[in-house]
Amino acid sequence: MNEQRGAGSTSQHHVPDYRYHTLVVTVENKSGVLARLAALFSRRGFNIESLAVAPTDDERFSRVTVVVDLESAPLEQIIKQLDKLVNVVNIRELHPGHAVERELMIVTVAAGPDRRDELVEQLDRAGGKVLSVGADAMMLSLVGPPPRVDEFEELLGQYGIIELQRTGRVALANLDEDD
Amino acid sequence: MKMDGGQALIRALELEGVDVLFGLPGGAILPVYDPIIDSSIRHILVRHEQGAGHMAEGYAHATGRPGVAMVTSGPGATNIVTPLCDAHLDSVPMVVITGQVPYAAIGTDAFQECDTTGITQSVTKHNFLVSDAQDIPRTIKEAFHIATTGRPGPVLVDIPKDIVDPDSPRSTLEWTDDVEMDLPGYSPQADVDPVAIAAAADLIRAAERPVLYVGGGILKARAAEALKELAELTGIHVVTTLMARGAFPDSHDLCLGMPGMHGNFTAVTAMQESDLLIALGARFDDRITGRLDGFAQAAKVIHVDIDAAELGKVCRPDVAILGDCRVAIEALVADLASNGVGGADRGAWRSRVSGWQERFPLSYEQAQAGDALKPQMVIERLRDATPDDTIVTSGVGQHQMWASQYWSFEYPYTWINSGGLGTMGFSIPAAIGAKAGCPDKMVWAVDGDGCFQMTAQELVTATVEKIPIKVALLNNSYLGMVRQWQEMFYDERYSEVSLSKDVPDYKGWAESMGCVAMRVDSPEEVDAAIAKANEVDDRPVVIDFRVAAAEKVYPMVPPGASNSDLVVPPSQQDQQR
Repeated sequence: MNEQRGAGSTSQHHVPDYRYHTLVVTVENKSGVLARLAALFSRRGFNIESLAVAPTDDERFSRVTVVVDLESAPLEQIIKQLDKLVNVVNIRELHPGHAVERELMIVTVAAGPDRRDELVEQLDRAGGKVLSVGADAMMLSLVGPPPRVDEFEELLGQYGIIELQRTGRVALANLDEDD
Repeated sequence: MKMDGGQALIRALELEGVDVLFGLPGGAILPVYDPIIDSSIRHILVRHEQGAGHMAEGYAHATGRPGVAMVTSGPGATNIVTPLCDAHLDSVPMVVITGQVPYAAIGTDAFQECDTTGITQSVTKHNFLVSDAQDIPRTIKEAFHIATTGRPGPVLVDIPKDIVDPDSPRSTLEWTDDVEMDLPGYSPQADVDPVAIAAAADLIRAAERPVLYVGGGILKARAAEALKELAELTGIHVVTTLMARGAFPDSHDLCLGMPGMHGNFTAVTAMQESDLLIALGARFDDRITGRLDGFAQAAKVIHVDIDAAELGKVCRPDVAILGDCRVAIEALVADLASNGVGGADRGAWRSRVSGWQERFPLSYEQAQAGDALKPQMVIERLRDATPDDTIVTSGVGQHQMWASQYWSFEYPYTWINSGGLGTMGFSIPAAIGAKAGCPDKMVWAVDGDGCFQMTAQELVTATVEKIPIKVALLNNSYLGMVRQWQEMFYDERYSEVSLSKDVPDYKGWAESMGCVAMRVDSPEEVDAAIAKANEVDDRPVVIDFRVAAAEKVYPMVPPGASNSDLVVPPSQQDQQR
């Protein structure tokens, strides 16, 4: 799975990763809606790669960015079944390569004083930030396109990851592109 | 106008035109039962909540109006989960009201608390947990709208006690007659795409071996008349699935009857050999297709469905038409009437079809003198002794298949059964619901002995509420369909399928529930017993027909096999296919 997720990460341009599709689902901001989405995915055997939920600028609605695994079900079935949920207002498919996708990672890495300079240099190059420094560890954050976050996560392996949390991706369609 | 939530709930149901409510009260729903005393709605007190749900389904099937059931929280709610799932799979419009513990107590494991909306999420089209009394009228309106539009289905409304209890300050609300629905994510599409209609009409004109494959959706769309027009205009044969029996008259020259696992040879084979399947409100269920990669391999497919997710779910259609079946059929008829039905030569196909009909009619071995009664013969006699518009309900198993095969359905909405979920015990409560909705029609429940023992207690309801249904119990003292599978596919190793021949005493049991009851052992007694049952109109009747235990349902597509490998009855096995 990680192998797939990392595909294309060496390229400057985002190489479409057709196994995973990103859906932006606008739902009514009501209790139980997330459970309905989760129950649907589970009941129909659709696998989710990541899921991020937050309110929108309109308090009646929330926005769910869900990355679905197309090996588990055809995209068309996933969209149509989602659309049947009464609380789902709108579904937008973000075509691979035609959207801006970001993910936040925060991570605690084992790094004594002797390795910190080197780590910070790598972090700067990736565009990340130091959040906190302890005796033998540092806490870092990185926001970026998911493949770049993957790449950085892999690089941190050589230091020793103590704890790591990623948000799952959020996405918007590119400007000036017909959806 | 100020009122309390309980009054508002009943008032909202009255405004939806509800005339019958099936239910059973309990702690959490108590406050709603008080205003029922003053309501015009007839409440039918069931003996088990599952009965209420199936009655609501039977009512909906027979009348086309949504069935409504009301039960209490906890076990009341869980007991109605099976009917909800049944209605969900068979697209039956139904609204179920459940009581819930007071809003503030939700999540505390209070007495008779369960997570009703959580439990029923995957078996309803939608459900609601109402948190404020003021939301009751709008929610009821939304529930009926969702249940009855688009692809119909069950909707559950969970009502915490404190918003309906007049002693609670949270139950007061301001009633207004016009409430606006707020469903931004719900907009079913009924209109059809004219481009798709034109493409479908072209396929129909060109087809040499077309078949109209008609499912339950045709009945939900009230499209039986439009279907007849389409069939007669084009001369195309019709198969009616288990959920669509009656949508096209069995006596019609173009009717081939039921396809599927226990469909007749001609219906199954015509689909299998077809070059164009016109699927109308049908969903390519596994019981219809048999092994999917061996199904109707030469056929192009036109698929009409109001549920977009059905288009392409199992079978990739050449032309997909999203929308209401009746609207789609009428548009097809208009196109074919004005642009012609085409000149494809269907003569050879017609003679193949009639050849199959001659060589492979539905058949069973007649009982010889001294043999046990044949269940198929009971169905035939019952069919011949009752009016054409008799409503027949069934449970699930062999008796269901025989009823569907050997009855002759001439009118829509006369056949009510549990197709998708296959719920044993469906027939008696469904018959009660149908009779409550259509009191002027004769209603017969065809039941098996396994099924009967699951829901027979509702005959008490039928007696007390004066709902005179009739039950033809095909009693073979077996779980017959399971027995048939064990005989055919498990080397005749019979595991846990034998029900006792001696207990219960069905006649005595039925009489104790207030029914007229008879027991029939021999073929000579059949007609007289049916005639006697047909004369009773003030209480339910049960006839315990003691039928042959080893009888099997034929034809049969073995599980996992292709429809081309249909097993015909022994008497036809040497026939040239």
